[in-house]
Amino acid sequence: MSIKDRLSGNEAIATAMRQINPDVFAMFPITPSTEIPQFYAQYVADGKVDTEFICVESEHSALSACAGAEAAGCRAVTATSSAGLSYMNEMLYVVASSRLPLVLAVSNRALTGPININHDYSDSMAERDSGFIQLYAENNQEAYDNYLQAHRIAEHPDVRLPLMVCEDGFITSHALENIELEEDEAVKDFVGEYHPENYLLKSENPLAVGPYGVSGYYMEARVAQAEAMKNAKRVILEVAADFEKRFGRHYEFFESYRMEDAELAIVLMGSSAGTAKVAVDELRAEGVKAGLIKVRVFRPFPGEEIVEALKNCKAVAVLDKSEGFSANGGPLFAETASAAINLEKRPKMIDIVYGLGGRDFTVGHAKRVFARLAKIVETGETGPIYSHMGQRDLRKEVQ
Amino acid sequence: MAYNLKEQLNKPERFEAGHRLCAGCGAGIVCRAMMRALEPEDKAVICNATGCLEVSSFQYPYTAWHDSYIHTAFENATATASGVEAAYNVMKRRGKIKDNFKILAIGGDGGTYDIGFQSLSGALERGHDFTYFCYDNEAYMNTGTQRSSATPRFANATTTPAGVESVGKKQTQKNLTQIVVAHGAPYVAQTTLIGTLKDFHEKAHKAIYTQGPTFVNVLTPCPRGWQYPSELLPEICRMAVETCVWPLYEVENGEYHLSYMPKKKLPVEEFMKLQGRFRHCFKPGNEWTIEAAQEYVDKQWEALLAKCN
Repeated sequence: MSIKDRLSGNEAIATAMRQINPDVFAMFPITPSTEIPQFYAQYVADGKVDTEFICVESEHSALSACAGAEAAGCRAVTATSSAGLSYMNEMLYVVASSRLPLVLAVSNRALTGPININHDYSDSMAERDSGFIQLYAENNQEAYDNYLQAHRIAEHPDVRLPLMVCEDGFITSHALENIELEEDEAVKDFVGEYHPENYLLKSENPLAVGPYGVSGYYMEARVAQAEAMKNAKRVILEVAADFEKRFGRHYEFFESYRMEDAELAIVLMGSSAGTAKVAVDELRAEGVKAGLIKVRVFRPFPGEEIVEALKNCKAVAVLDKSEGFSANGGPLFAETASAAINLEKRPKMIDIVYGLGGRDFTVGHAKRVFARLAKIVETGETGPIYSHMGQRDLRKEVQ
Repeated sequence: MAYNLKEQLNKPERFEAGHRLCAGCGAGIVCRAMMRALEPEDKAVICNATGCLEVSSFQYPYTAWHDSYIHTAFENATATASGVEAAYNVMKRRGKIKDNFKILAIGGDGGTYDIGFQSLSGALERGHDFTYFCYDNEAYMNTGTQRSSATPRFANATTTPAGVESVGKKQTQKNLTQIVVAHGAPYVAQTTLIGTLKDFHEKAHKAIYTQGPTFVNVLTPCPRGWQYPSELLPEICRMAVETCVWPLYEVENGEYHLSYMPKKKLPVEEFMKLQGRFRHCFKPGNEWTIEAAQEYVDKQWEALLAKCN
């Protein structure tokens, strides 16, 4: 039986952690993720969990301690945002290549500078090639559900990769929403115990982790890691299927919203999807064949599946809530467009970078995007492929 | 039981021959002696910072370590050890493991005095139960002898070269041993590789079997960086002690104890002249460098003696 509650995204994730009761939690505070370890510290103080909770002196050490704990045979977790994730950068690669399946909760926040505490994806997008699996949530329910699925995906023997559970800073992390929680025992039963095959504290068989790998061996390690990321696609769907069977909520790589006969489509991530869905509904009521794809799994990137969903569209706008400074569009666009490259007949595609540092994204903005797509279809002219939306000076914007 | 090197060497080797450290490198001696200081029935996890030791002792698919070993990065051996220790505590509490494990961290001076200092300081403050061994060879040797905060004044390092306008490094080294003491660690010691390694062994054993964060700073010569023939290693270590460049002492719960008082304190040049990195100090016109080095060593030594009384 689900339990109805009203929680922020941070508390929803902390609750999922409490229900899982991981072995080790190493924390360092940074806005807006700080509440997660704060809630957790209270669970420890109240005896609701028996996790080793370590307050380390930096995010780099938080992930390093998690790496040590996970390698030692434990389930280790932490949480961070923005500069904290950047400071972990070196260790993200180490953790992934050492095949340590720990789970990192990210409350996404813009990177400096100027310094800003609000939401965009520049922090986790900068780590998209770190070897972490990345799940993104539209709302508090999805943040909770993604977290429940995270350990099983990461720890699967065919995967053994670390995983980031991302939620939108403040928008999701701090806003209260009605949410359905699962029973503690049902969660424990779904997630299961962690039984790694090899670990540092295995008395009968010592383990060495983190070798120097010369050219004669390095590539094999990287290819094995790449194969594990491919395997993660299958495992993500398997875990989602079991999750749906037990708890009734359905998850895929992405959500297709009114895409069956869509001619104009937006591809985006996170909480903006809720806003854009309103625009889709209103345009549908006016007879516009609008649709939306909300990407839940960015790593591994479900390129084939997204392209399959988009192939009959006439025009597609990818909305990037991070600026990659490639001068050629944001990361979500780069992935989506390259996945479509071998289609015989593909939609016209543009990229719109929006919402940086917490800049508002409204139903009006989403409708402007669909208006641009309609114009592209009508004129056959794509216009500027890469542009920014939501600036203070509207005259700078592509209409 | 009195220390006997022969008996110690009869113990099963826990740091195996065949590693790729240079001939005449002190780090291999440190590792063997460190592992001998463990009681045979105790298991260990070694957390190693990036450096010569790491690339030389665990090159895939070979490892010189019989015990479990983890290397993650340069600056975080102690943070990694914190996680291993936390894992040990929780697994022990939950009945998942029965054996006793000792958590050992080891890094060079770069990974300890410099880039690893934050993570060391954090772990000391948190009070994890581990022992940190610093094999202090007084420069970044793995990358080719760049100066560190452990490099002594006047040493010719590749980033503080001697030249017409330079007599080597300008600054004196950081006193990390005493900085660790200031953290309130229950056991801190300074040693090097002399004689039968009795001093090393006893300090390492005491450190490993003292509850809480403990630290052993080991002056560890590097034949390439210090520029000496490999067979001179024991002599250089002995001279470091006899000149009081590297005094042997330990600090238990804040109490300083001198481990060895030289019968006749030798001039600092007896240590310096054995090593190519100080060669320029002996050139005509540079005599003042040896005087300045002597003055510094005397001052440090007096300050230490005052603490030991």
